[in-house]
Amino acid sequence: MAATPDPAPLMPSDNESLTQIESQARSELDAVDDDDALERWRVSYLGRRGRLTLVLRGLTSLPLEERKSVGAQANRLKRELEAELQEKKARLGQSATEALIAERIDVTLPGPPLRAGRLHPTTQTLRDMLDCFVSMGFQVVEGPEIEWDHYNFEALRIPKDHPARDMWDTLWIDAQEESDRPMLLRTHTSPMQIRIMEQAQPPIRVVVPGKCYRYEATDPTHEWMMTQVEGLAVDEGISMADLKGTLADFAHRIFGPDRKVRFRCDYFPFVEPGMELRIDCFLCGGEGCRTCSRSGWIEILGAGMVHPEILESVGYDSERYTGFAFGMGVERIAMLRHGIDDIRLFYSNDLRFLDQF
Amino acid sequence: MRVPLKWLSEYVDLTIGPKELAERLTMAGVEVAEVITAAGEWDGITVGHVVDVSPHPNADRLVLATVDLGGEQQTVVCGAPNVAAGQKVPFARTGARLIDGRTGEHTVLRPAVIRGVESAGMVCSEKELGLSEYHEGIMVLADDAPVGVPIASFLGDPVFDLEPTPNRPDLLSIIGVAHEVAALTAAPVRDPSSEYSAARKPIKGRVQVQIDDPDLCPRYVAALIDNISVEESPAWMQERLMAAGLRPINNVVDITNYVMLELGQPLHAFDLTRVGGRKIIVRRAHAGETLILLDGAEQKLSADMLVIADAEAPVALAGVMGGLNSEINLNTTTVLLESANFHGPNIRRTAGALKARTDASNRFEKGLSPHLPPIAAQRAVKLMVEMCGGKAADGIIDVYPGKRKDIRVTVTQRRLHALLGMELPVARVRQVLSSLGFSCRWVPPDRFVVRVPYWRTDVSIADDVVEEVARIIGYDELPTTRLRGALPPAQPQPRRDLRTRVADILAGAGMQEVITYSLTSLGALRKVVAPEDLSVDAPLRIANPMSQEQEYARTSLRASLLRTLADNVRRRDEFTALFETARVYLPRPGDLPDEVETVAAVITGRAPGRWGEPEGEPAGFYEAKSYLDMLLGRLGVSAEYAETADYALLPGRAAAVSVDDRRIGLAGQVHPRVASQFDLEAPVAMFELDLDALLPHVAGPRRYQPAAPYPAVEEDIAVIVNRDMPGARVQSIIQAAPLVRSARLFDVYSGPQVPPGKKSLAFSISYQAADHTLTDEEVRRQQERILTRLRGEVGAELRG
Repeated sequence: MAATPDPAPLMPSDNESLTQIESQARSELDAVDDDDALERWRVSYLGRRGRLTLVLRGLTSLPLEERKSVGAQANRLKRELEAELQEKKARLGQSATEALIAERIDVTLPGPPLRAGRLHPTTQTLRDMLDCFVSMGFQVVEGPEIEWDHYNFEALRIPKDHPARDMWDTLWIDAQEESDRPMLLRTHTSPMQIRIMEQAQPPIRVVVPGKCYRYEATDPTHEWMMTQVEGLAVDEGISMADLKGTLADFAHRIFGPDRKVRFRCDYFPFVEPGMELRIDCFLCGGEGCRTCSRSGWIEILGAGMVHPEILESVGYDSERYTGFAFGMGVERIAMLRHGIDDIRLFYSNDLRFLDQF
Repeated sequence: MRVPLKWLSEYVDLTIGPKELAERLTMAGVEVAEVITAAGEWDGITVGHVVDVSPHPNADRLVLATVDLGGEQQTVVCGAPNVAAGQKVPFARTGARLIDGRTGEHTVLRPAVIRGVESAGMVCSEKELGLSEYHEGIMVLADDAPVGVPIASFLGDPVFDLEPTPNRPDLLSIIGVAHEVAALTAAPVRDPSSEYSAARKPIKGRVQVQIDDPDLCPRYVAALIDNISVEESPAWMQERLMAAGLRPINNVVDITNYVMLELGQPLHAFDLTRVGGRKIIVRRAHAGETLILLDGAEQKLSADMLVIADAEAPVALAGVMGGLNSEINLNTTTVLLESANFHGPNIRRTAGALKARTDASNRFEKGLSPHLPPIAAQRAVKLMVEMCGGKAADGIIDVYPGKRKDIRVTVTQRRLHALLGMELPVARVRQVLSSLGFSCRWVPPDRFVVRVPYWRTDVSIADDVVEEVARIIGYDELPTTRLRGALPPAQPQPRRDLRTRVADILAGAGMQEVITYSLTSLGALRKVVAPEDLSVDAPLRIANPMSQEQEYARTSLRASLLRTLADNVRRRDEFTALFETARVYLPRPGDLPDEVETVAAVITGRAPGRWGEPEGEPAGFYEAKSYLDMLLGRLGVSAEYAETADYALLPGRAAAVSVDDRRIGLAGQVHPRVASQFDLEAPVAMFELDLDALLPHVAGPRRYQPAAPYPAVEEDIAVIVNRDMPGARVQSIIQAAPLVRSARLFDVYSGPQVPPGKKSLAFSISYQAADHTLTDEEVRRQQERILTRLRGEVGAELRG
């Protein structure tokens, strides 16, 4: 399908053929009745190798006098044909539009199905949560899911044989050889508090999303694999009031401005003072129902001021710097947002569930 | 910890209702998980005042009682012989829930007409309230019963189900809870009495106590009570123990339990005659020693366990459980009472190792105060003297090698302010702390010196004291402010960003994201990973797996995805495309595993046509590649595909994906042998990419390319090559030629018009120059050159 060579240019004596071109072009144009035929007509007369184009291109080889008269005629014809082309195009367009209008389709029929892909509800909620914290100046950092006992417990003031270890039932990695460094599936994202502070100096403002694991039998409110978001802010002059403000802003952004937010004292070995954030139960409006264990309040997250011993252990001056930390479960927040009553739905990945988000 | 409020009220006045008290305790960090009350059965029953009793017009043995309910009066028919005007009685309205006096079943009171007189309710017996079996007359309440109030608030003894945090062993005692109530309601605490008069000769010389391992036993207090008669405890004590969730046993054991609940100090009673040599030795167990515990289990002891031994053998597992050999029995007359302090972590380890966690070990493991033993011992001796006819030996034995000083903490106003974000008046701080039993001295100009009460073993630094102040004032009373100050420099997170982009692109292309468990079974991995790969990257095993299904940290996402696909396809026969971004865990010797960020996808079924019905061919290798091409294209990565072999993929339909000669992933059709193991019948395509390997190849922001102002020329070309010649190779030769803007494969053909063993590839080539309009001659010459190269490099012939 190699390119065809140009035909020889028209000779001066072919003046006759200009008239011929004109009459043929006009009668053919008359016969055109659709856009395709019109395009074929345009190519054969006005296209790059169209008959009239070739006449014009051949003008240079004519003597000056003839060039003038043939040129003038050819150019006139070109202008006229182009105008007629436009006119024809408009007419054809109009009748095609009229045909479309006449046709009428059933506008109630569905469009052909597009395949919708979705992000997992955990991902969606996690992103909203992170967006919220990012807008408050927190940076997103991640860490290992399989962790040393040191970071998961020891460095967080939860030594071996400490009763607080009951708060985190742990899946341990089977050590191939005897080791004094036990490895585990992290039970929370809090180990990253230590890892981050070991590597950076204040001011610190990070959130850490990630999977966590517990040795736990599953039921509608317990799952052994879950996603957490940890937060950490350390600087001069950070107080519990700032912690309250940060968490209240978060809760209102995620759950709506009308939610009531309360803070109660709670205990985590790595914070002092410790706290828990509750919002009023939106199922019962605070009256008390099964979801809120009849208390009218739903626990959202644990938090507190970073324990001064932890600040000192990473080399910070705990008199100069204070900070807060918080941690929360993403699935739990997604459950509250979407009214999901069984946490096991998240990782059983039934499309009838996932399709809804 | 169950706290019966009646018992609690012995030590502190309860000035607010149970519900509000529970709420205040919870907010202050003492979580009341539930307020247990019998009132559920007493809905609609209130205190009434009988104002008139008159004869029933139609029955001799019935009367009409008019009862005032506080502002309204009701007349009911009553058959009880003891009803009389002036009484306070439990009154049930119609609709009330009570127990049928005859059948003993729960019932709802219905309106009734009795012998021609309508009865608007009922005056109840104890049986009808579920309080006792007494049904011979109505229950008469105390004269001061408030008319009109629900009887639950008058009669019921609510119990708090407390869930103290592990740092607060003091809250595993009623007196400890009383201190909290006192601070929250500004009421004083009444300590229980420990006064008794010793009747016998001194304890000294009658029994010896020796602590061999003071690191595990800072204090051991012993008392002796003679003349004991072991019998049932009085009803009040049995009721209290039961309300607190303990089973009464006998008066001696009950007293040890009662004092444990009251003061938080576990006690143990030995029968002195069964303690060999009348000698108590607190020591680590000898290797190989055994002890039969009170629950009948024989335990093998190890050398890190602490025992209480007599001159010969262990008689108790310290802080956990007594031994059967020294148990109190009905013949016991002399009790040796132990009230000791043990090292918390050691007790926890022992109880855990022997799976023998008890009320005692639960308290000891949290670190009890060494101040407690003598106080609890004396309280128990007093009760044994009063309740068991006991005669107390004079004095106690108190061996106290681990003597601890009182804890004093200095708290500056500055620290209070720094943590709370607010100023607090000196008087307020002192008032809060002293209400909790702390002594608090203000040392001008700027600090408090605080002495921590002995039972608060959780308070040792200034910030602990700040929490005490804050929680009693209430966290809700603290100000709420926003963070201010400098922000740290931004750190790029390319790994996370890539994962986010990948998920967005794949979901945007129509795939559903799933998240599956990180742990899997060896069996599942074996289905999809070659044995040799499993031995190179042997997956990490969980030491204490919950089940075989969750025993290994996965080294591949394949099995989880195929299983998820199968679960869903079983339910719906539709085109299904799933992806997951997650980590796989590749072990590294002596270190944490390499957590490789991975994306994997599985695709099956036929794509829907115009009406959503499956149409056309089932998805196969090329569908996987479509997604992959789109993904990589959007990431600006140009990858190469080469046929490869993989354990889980069908030979001839498996491609390695590489960038710059580094392999980053795989695409292919799942081998039917593998698919069938997941009960997948239809063809399944999959791909997986190592995102960490892909990351360095992801293009940065693209450079803008201006559209060439000169027209492109389209020319088609069809060439014949050997059948096994990769089409991508032919295409890349064309694409690499000068002036070629793009080359698109539009037909692949092998059949009658093509020689055997050959195939025809047809490309549509678009030529374009950046600086001029191409002439036909230029295009022709370029096409010639391309054909020459194809002939030379891949043996292609122009298809005639």
